[in-house]
Amino acid sequence: MNETPLIPAGVKRCSKWQFSLWMAAATAVLLWGVYAMFLIWYKGLNQTNMNDAYGFALWIWADLAIIAIGGGAFFSGFLTYIIGKKELKNIINFAVIIGFICYSCALLILAIDIGQPLRGWFIFWHANVHSMLTEVAFCLSCYFAVLTVEFIPLILENPKLDKKPFLHHLSHNMHGIMAIFAATGVFLSFFHQGSLGGVAGVLYGRPFAFREHIFIWPFTFFLFTWSAAACGPCFTILVTKITEMITRKKLVKDNVIQLFAKISGWMIITYIIAKTIDTIYWAFVTAPGMGFTLMDFYNDSTYNIGLLFAEIVICGFIPGLILITKRGRENSFLLMTAVILAVIGVCLNRWVMVLQVMAVPLFSFNDWYTYMPSWQEVATTILPVAYGIIVISLAYRYLPVFPQEKELNPID
Amino acid sequence: MKEKNNHKHAKRYGMVIDLDKCTGCGSCMVGCYSENNIPFKTDETNKLDSINWIRVFKITNNKPYPDTEICYLPMPCMQCDGVGKHGHSPCVSVCPAVATDYDLDTGIVSQIYTRCFGCRYCMAACPYHARKFNWWDPVWPADMEKYLSPNVSPRMRGVVEKCSFCFHRYQLARNKAYLEKREELAEDEYQTACAEACPTGAITFGDLNNKSHAVHQLIKSPKAFRLLERLKTNPKVYYLTSKNWVRRAGDNYLAHEEPGKIKNNIKEHH
Repeated sequence: MNETPLIPAGVKRCSKWQFSLWMAAATAVLLWGVYAMFLIWYKGLNQTNMNDAYGFALWIWADLAIIAIGGGAFFSGFLTYIIGKKELKNIINFAVIIGFICYSCALLILAIDIGQPLRGWFIFWHANVHSMLTEVAFCLSCYFAVLTVEFIPLILENPKLDKKPFLHHLSHNMHGIMAIFAATGVFLSFFHQGSLGGVAGVLYGRPFAFREHIFIWPFTFFLFTWSAAACGPCFTILVTKITEMITRKKLVKDNVIQLFAKISGWMIITYIIAKTIDTIYWAFVTAPGMGFTLMDFYNDSTYNIGLLFAEIVICGFIPGLILITKRGRENSFLLMTAVILAVIGVCLNRWVMVLQVMAVPLFSFNDWYTYMPSWQEVATTILPVAYGIIVISLAYRYLPVFPQEKELNPID
Repeated sequence: MKEKNNHKHAKRYGMVIDLDKCTGCGSCMVGCYSENNIPFKTDETNKLDSINWIRVFKITNNKPYPDTEICYLPMPCMQCDGVGKHGHSPCVSVCPAVATDYDLDTGIVSQIYTRCFGCRYCMAACPYHARKFNWWDPVWPADMEKYLSPNVSPRMRGVVEKCSFCFHRYQLARNKAYLEKREELAEDEYQTACAEACPTGAITFGDLNNKSHAVHQLIKSPKAFRLLERLKTNPKVYYLTSKNWVRRAGDNYLAHEEPGKIKNNIKEHH
């Protein structure tokens, strides 16, 4: 039974007190992050443990990682509206919400990460068209706008809002043209996911990051887009499963998850083959041309060859192989293992492409550079998680996020 | 990067540092701090967040006594010409707000402090760690502010700074030449603070394109090399050494490779 007219009809939600307690816990964590954020804005980046060797650190990794795992939004949009996989309409709302959370957090983290936050607009005003970061800023902002447009019709489906004729029709009409926004999102995502890969790949002064180019785009440009499209859906599936676990309800039918997982599996397998080829070429052609052997990049106790093995084999081939086999997908333990490994894999890739790039010494008389984030950096990185929990909780409670929920959980 | 070169004979200011002459006294660093209003911390133990536009490294051949050898390696910004030698420096090409630029008239890589918004992408791009971030507001001890150079603006918290080859000195010399209705600068009219401060004359500064400047000849020496040359950054800071181990320490080589014998396949666009 609905407690308030704000809750969609035909679905059951927890009590107001239970919800308040849950939200209070998430808000407490959020406030901790907000406190750290204001401390950084007020006192400056000396509140972090970054230094001149680690100009890019935890935040840039977090940025790259959440954008990668938020890739489920653009890829599900692509599959649903452009390829025509209609089953995925049952999960696309949630994918859009996750994408919205990830991208809004990415923009927030960028705003915290810059030394002069009030000059953040310079990236648009004084744009250097040769810089990959400029491309990131433009595409990221535009795609966030697209995600907001994609999220709005869902918000307008809240029962209270839906009663207003104007909002009802607005929502209906926006749904009607959503394919255009989905296509725009795919186009923008291809470029910003790619340009995030390009951020590292163009650094020809950093042999660990640098990759050969196709025209102006380094290989990492394509690999980042590919990996986001491959692993983003895994994160969408993972968060869906976590939501089902917390709400103790089945929210999406198995065939939808299976289809999404299967496509993701094939994307992962093809991506990881491309990544392997890229790694071999880099290790045996690009790096030796700069005077480095592969093991020069992995002779540290933290940054050892195990990382490469973990990224490509454990978090690449294994989840890919599980997800492309019917038996693997249908086994819930294996499915969960695969999606978790895939998410870890893409996050690990972003980690090495940010942190390890900074850590590798370029002179024989330098040691590996070390870095441990400060509590302020950790708190502001956890902030998006708390924010994400709050947005998902509010969305799940007040919006018809899962179209199959009523059918799967009938109320007598 | 975007500007057209207006001069028929563009300058390419560069530096040659003779490592056989450097004693590691640090005068170049002191001269630079004083000349360029470089802020410092109360405790300078952690060099990873210190600001210095030139830093002297102490390197060794790692051999036990009595074969131990030491070399002091002063490292300013390398003012890279970049791949293709047309200003595609590692840092200039990545800066999203054109806060750092390559001057085609002088070959000097500038830093516009009021344009920089502190993303630090240039620092990530620079293999020489020549770029420093202002993690704190610059604070000088009492009365020391009165001794700051009026020709160099102090930098604010949250922006990147680096060696400018004392560009303000170039501007002053150009102004003087203009008033005297001259086009060209004499070699000694524009010298960096570090070159002037060096007591052993290890640092030579001038126009690499100008045949009458000492640096033009020095870089042709078989003892000349550049740091991390194989990355194709095309630095304009050259080093001289008679020691093979020093030269080897200045770049990366596979076990079978020998310094000076690697084929230079740097692309020449112009």
